[in-house]
Amino acid sequence: MNAINKHDKLNVVIVGHVDHGKSSLIGRLLYDTDSLPAGKKEELEGICKKRGVPFEWSFLLDAFQAERDQAVTIDTTQINFSTVMRDYVIIDAPGHREFLKNMISGAAQADAAILVVDASEGVQEQTKRHAYMLHLLGMKQIAVVVNKMDAVKYDPKVFEKTSQDITHYLQTIGLQASSIVPISAREGEMLVDRGSNLDWYRGKTLTEILDSFDVSNMLSTQDLRFPIQDVYRFDEKRVLVGRVETGILRKGDTLFFSPTNEQAVVTSIESWPDDDEIVEVHAGKTAAITLSEPIFIERGHMGSHAEALPMLSNVFKSNIFWFSEKPLKVGNTYRVRCGTMQTAVSVQLIDHVVDTQDLKKTEGASEVAKNAVAEITLRARDVLPIDPYTDNARLGRVVLYDGHNVAGGGHINMEGYPDQRKSSNPKSENIYKVNHSVTPEMRASMLGHYGGVFWFTGLSGSGKSTLAVAVEQAIFALNMNAYVLDGDNVRHGLNSDLGFSPKDRAENIRRIGEVAALQANSGVIILSAFISPYREDRQKARIAAPHCFHEIYIKANLETCEARDPKGLYKKARVGEIKEFTGIDSPYEAPENPDLVVDTEVNDIETCVEQIVNYIEANVKAEIIEEEIKNKKKDLSLVRA
Amino acid sequence: MPFNKHLDELEAQSIYIIREAYAKVNPLAMLWSIGKDSTAMLWLVRKAFLGRVPFPLVLLDTGMEMEEVYAFRDRIVKDWNLEVINYPCPPEADMDQTLPPATRAAMRKTEGLKGLLSEHDFKGLFCGIRRDEQGLRAKERVFSPRSLDGSWDFKDQPAEFWDQYTTNVPDDCHLRIHPILQWTELDIWQYTQRESIPLCDLYFAKDGQRYRSLGEKNITMPVESNASTINEIIEELKTTDISERAGRTMDKETEDSFEKLRSQGYM
Ligand SMILES: Nc1nc2c(ncn2[C@@H]2O[C@H](COP(=O)(O)OP(=O)(O)O)[C@@H](O)[C@H]2O)c(=O)[nH]1
Repeated sequence: MNAINKHDKLNVVIVGHVDHGKSSLIGRLLYDTDSLPAGKKEELEGICKKRGVPFEWSFLLDAFQAERDQAVTIDTTQINFSTVMRDYVIIDAPGHREFLKNMISGAAQADAAILVVDASEGVQEQTKRHAYMLHLLGMKQIAVVVNKMDAVKYDPKVFEKTSQDITHYLQTIGLQASSIVPISAREGEMLVDRGSNLDWYRGKTLTEILDSFDVSNMLSTQDLRFPIQDVYRFDEKRVLVGRVETGILRKGDTLFFSPTNEQAVVTSIESWPDDDEIVEVHAGKTAAITLSEPIFIERGHMGSHAEALPMLSNVFKSNIFWFSEKPLKVGNTYRVRCGTMQTAVSVQLIDHVVDTQDLKKTEGASEVAKNAVAEITLRARDVLPIDPYTDNARLGRVVLYDGHNVAGGGHINMEGYPDQRKSSNPKSENIYKVNHSVTPEMRASMLGHYGGVFWFTGLSGSGKSTLAVAVEQAIFALNMNAYVLDGDNVRHGLNSDLGFSPKDRAENIRRIGEVAALQANSGVIILSAFISPYREDRQKARIAAPHCFHEIYIKANLETCEARDPKGLYKKARVGEIKEFTGIDSPYEAPENPDLVVDTEVNDIETCVEQIVNYIEANVKAEIIEEEIKNKKKDLSLVRA
Repeated sequence: MPFNKHLDELEAQSIYIIREAYAKVNPLAMLWSIGKDSTAMLWLVRKAFLGRVPFPLVLLDTGMEMEEVYAFRDRIVKDWNLEVINYPCPPEADMDQTLPPATRAAMRKTEGLKGLLSEHDFKGLFCGIRRDEQGLRAKERVFSPRSLDGSWDFKDQPAEFWDQYTTNVPDDCHLRIHPILQWTELDIWQYTQRESIPLCDLYFAKDGQRYRSLGEKNITMPVESNASTINEIIEELKTTDISERAGRTMDKETEDSFEKLRSQGYM
């Protein structure tokens, strides 16, 4: 057995149906482990007497008047106690339904859980709901206590029955209890002392079980994930800070950053007071590093080793719990956070809603109500570095915000999504070897703007080319360098070997995406005007330019476009002279989450041009301003030291 | 430096919180009471920013701190080259006279804080409270949104999990940020010792008495103790079961005085 370090603290959460005895268990546990301050028990007795109620252990935790009046625990509380083996922090989680969010706040910090079940009432609604939450939160160490054995005359048959029920439910959700113990919180039996009424039970007491739980984590043995928390400037130095979530970060490591696909060597690990001996940082610790190259890095970017990269995607599935008053709905936009990254996502699909009572899955729901759990598909604007929960429990999870408020959270599940890491790995070996000594910031300060890919997509006749050309002119008139990529300048040279089969179309778009990205990196504002009918192809173009890609949907329905038919192409397609014409005999997949929608049916050309120009200006110029502000704020050389 | 995994973990967590606040909340300030907790917090800030303190410290000055406390303040401000806003609290006479005397004194700090917030438009205030100090503080979040008058609704706090904190609040609100919420009194002492963080002499026993917590002159009493070094204090803590705030008369006055104070904006 491992020697237990007394410095290790185990965080325990206590969950279970309301009134099954969670608060009482905590009160009694503190008393039985001699963890109460002097006079506390007498104070409690005084309070109970004053209120004319029998002695209640649960009052101990009710720090508020309000709670005493209602006799329910309102919020997560943290209380320290210790056994001879080690120190514990107990998180009291309340049982009332509306307090789910508090229970999650508590349970998410815990290393182990105690699930309290009333011996006579058995498994109830919240018993199941809380167990399901433990499962979603990734809890592995669970002790079940069957409480109030005194109230059922310590009958082993009652214990047996309740044990079976709970074991069965836990099994169906993929959880397993480490032990099931009969206890009486009120009488203090089988918590620390065995008592005299439960002799038929031969297993461990509750504290013995807690002492057998493990706090060591294996996070350092996993692949390196170093999410950038911030970038500071100290005099000449640029310092990246963050916490090593998994793996080990070493001085001299080559770090590969996602989603920018840039790499650089860790030249130093900084610390204060100075300590040259620090050459590596293990999971769980914070690090401040400098790099060999001035590559573009900001908060939310992920550092890892090239041989074990995160996935890149802007679509992912998540098994979520939802506790906002406002239901989650398909099409709604939320902010999502994962590690230090934050981005807007829209709900593309509610795959199914799960009933935590009978575990039935309902497909096709249009919303997820408060306190429900569901599997949903989320779509972000940008590609994100993503780790599925099964690969990385620290980063494979997201928290969802609705406006200012935290609304839910869940695990990331990438089942069924292509893992592009295998196919595009050469990138890390060949293409990104070129180390640019001129940074995007330097180019921007010379040109007055950043580069970017503004990807117009829409049916033939929707107005892409007309608008692109007009926007190019308008942007140029504003002293910025814009360039239109369209069929005319691409089909004849770069893609002269390609036809119109789906495969060739895909290759056509892939090449354009890559060219657009290269040009954008060189500082040009690229306006690409291609039908680009397939989402997947546009997605690839986005991945090629992950931090400066903007999808602009030029919207006009088929009827309108066919009526316009500026080049007579629809007519030809209708009579079969052109095959596989988008909209006629080849599909157009409209963007699900475009960065900008330009409706050419409703608005005239001038209005549309203005809309696009404004959008572009805000996105290539705003970044400069933002960067300036950030540099100012983060420039710690100015701070007294 | 002696190896202590638990302290390393607490330190990493606090630094992470401080940097989160710095990345997401602006402008920031830190309440510094000059006591052991907020001085340890200040030390953690310096660790987070490699020796710098990139925001002002705020001292809510009642004019009633003990002399030794003021002397200690002046020394540290000079040695560490700190930017300090010394904010005077309104006079005792302006307080609600129905409150018991010690609570009234604490109320001055609360009012001082309100004044500070209305004059300086801070979006975030670091505050060195710990969960183990008092039942009510146990209910706190690491990032705790407050309305402008500082009030706090303990029944409807945002959920906080997986190290994602509430960092966006409406315009008329601010955040209290609690980087050492998770620490215990013992942790603070062990850390202070390990890092050699300077402390006010009043914490160490003289003539059989020492202060466990430093409040205003008129409401904080020393406790019986012979602990004159950090080691002795740590030994004492391991065996005592007297609560840390025992020397503070306020907490005893009424069952609910602390709760009232906090719901009105006290730290
Ligand atoms: N007979 C008996 N009653 C208990 C025991 N534990 C708790 N209770 C009672 O069950 C009720 C609810 O307990 P409480 O701890 O508030 O439950 P919670 O809602 O789960 O926190 C209270 O009236 C307790 O006195 C026990 O071991 N035996």
